[in-house]
Amino acid sequence: MNQQPPKSSARLDLTKGKTSIADKIMPVLLFLCASVSVLTTIGIVYTLLSETISFFRIVPIQEFFGSLKWSPLINPKSFGIWPLLSGTMLITIIAIIVAVPIGLASAIYLSEYASRRVRKIVKPILEVLAGVPTIVYGYFALTFITPIVRSIFPDTGVFNALSAGIVVGIMIIPMISSLSEDAMSAVPDSLRNGAYALGATRFEVATKIVVPAALSGIVASFVLAFSRAIGETMIVTVAAGSTPNLTANPLESIQTMTAYIVQVSMGDIPHGSVEYGTIFAVGMTLFVITLVLNMLAQYVSKRFREEY
Amino acid sequence: MNNLFQDANRQQISGRRRNDLIWRILFLGATLFGIVALSALIITIVTDGIARLNPDLFTNYPSRRASASGMKSAIVGSLYMLCLMAPLSFVLGVGAAIYLEEYAPKNRFTRLIQLNISTLAGVPSIVYGILGLAIFVRTFGLERSLLSGALTMTLLVLPIIIVASQEAIRAVPRARRDASFALGATKWQTVSRSVLPSSISAIMTGVILALSRAIGETAPLIIIGAATYVAFLPESLFDTFTVMPIQIYNWIARPQEAFQDLAASGIIVLMIMLVIMNVAAIMLRNKYQKNI
Repeated sequence: MNQQPPKSSARLDLTKGKTSIADKIMPVLLFLCASVSVLTTIGIVYTLLSETISFFRIVPIQEFFGSLKWSPLINPKSFGIWPLLSGTMLITIIAIIVAVPIGLASAIYLSEYASRRVRKIVKPILEVLAGVPTIVYGYFALTFITPIVRSIFPDTGVFNALSAGIVVGIMIIPMISSLSEDAMSAVPDSLRNGAYALGATRFEVATKIVVPAALSGIVASFVLAFSRAIGETMIVTVAAGSTPNLTANPLESIQTMTAYIVQVSMGDIPHGSVEYGTIFAVGMTLFVITLVLNMLAQYVSKRFREEY
Repeated sequence: MNNLFQDANRQQISGRRRNDLIWRILFLGATLFGIVALSALIITIVTDGIARLNPDLFTNYPSRRASASGMKSAIVGSLYMLCLMAPLSFVLGVGAAIYLEEYAPKNRFTRLIQLNISTLAGVPSIVYGILGLAIFVRTFGLERSLLSGALTMTLLVLPIIIVASQEAIRAVPRARRDASFALGATKWQTVSRSVLPSSISAIMTGVILALSRAIGETAPLIIIGAATYVAFLPESLFDTFTVMPIQIYNWIARPQEAFQDLAASGIIVLMIMLVIMNVAAIMLRNKYQKNI
């Protein structure tokens, strides 16, 4: 009995000795883990910037933003980004036209109308939609949506912006609906009850009280979805074609910035060539646009948030 | 006069009620649209792909003839990729989350790291492919190898894992940490024996969900040059490789109908793998939740 206290105190000393080393090393190791994310950002900015600058030494920047033709792989070569930008914008606008009304309406239904049981069933199903790989959406666009589009507009080619845009829209619906619903369910019930007490219908409460109160979150979800649509790659690569085309006609074959990068990467391009440089110049353009949109979304949701 | 007013009032109310009903139906319709789209997607893929879903798909290498083609190298490639990514992204992601939640001083630099992580989560996946091409493939000279692919995908999923792990760690009540400190435990003892065991279930769920997203990614691996035609299994970290989504893309891109159907069969295999991972994530969460 008497021997026990010293024994346990000896054990305590032992653990203390061990942990003091761990307590010195672990913060440093964990800090290194956290710094990987900073290094990633530095890596992205550095590689894009340095390769883009060396690209602009060969192809003048005036041509990149001034020329209206993009044909870097076929002679006569031309390096105007606008056809790729317009292709990206066309897809994104179609996607937004599909996703904003449907996503917002689903969010209103789930937040204001649906019973708890319905919400518990429907929300996971919409989340599954968000987890479907984009290559699967690409297949769906090509084999399901395109034949429908072509039966309505017979002159449409196999590859067209409309089918791809619709499916990109379907892909971003869950993003808009779940982020908007989060914003709406954060609106306190007292506001709703006040409106109901004045005799408002559910629709009036939803559109005149809840949506305005949650507007910052809703708009932020639109901007994030917009950015996601711009960066989407496989759906447009599979279904929208590979023709850099300065057009606003959704029934034509186009090429987006992302689809171009994939097209070049599929071929065997020599390191250091002008074609290799285009990946980085186009990638830089894509990165800057999505970065600006993501920052805008953060700004909107912070700056215009209604606090209750 | 009074009667007239009442009538008008009643009419106005019934009009608003009708309006409410119409919009209710429209909102419900929009909600069902997502479900209908998902059903159409699943039905299309199953009807196209079920015929070729036979053992050949798992045992054969890709071939010029659709009837003899399989995706053995792609399935194995995806599994190797998963095995390489999982430990790397777990250690780096959870480590970063612990640092940010438990150790980081509340200063400008920490806020910068935090802002940086949320920004990285919004970068398109194809940009990670460009980063991988420039850094791992060219600068480190790893070529178009399994290792290049795994490192690129690790960077891609890291922000998602960090954010999910941070939320899990933040959900551990303060009282647990205080209790541990009150018993004389050091910071690391508290973190490793109290905070981590309490949050590991939620962390693992986040990690598995992030990995399942990576398994479905195509674009970054195309950019770093994962091959579309691989008729052997990679034997080392430095071998060329392919993964399921890339094999599927390769089949979709061919004009023949037989290859399109083969792509649908490949998609079924990919989707089953994702379902298994998601179910595993849910089961793991439930199991650990009982223990705490």
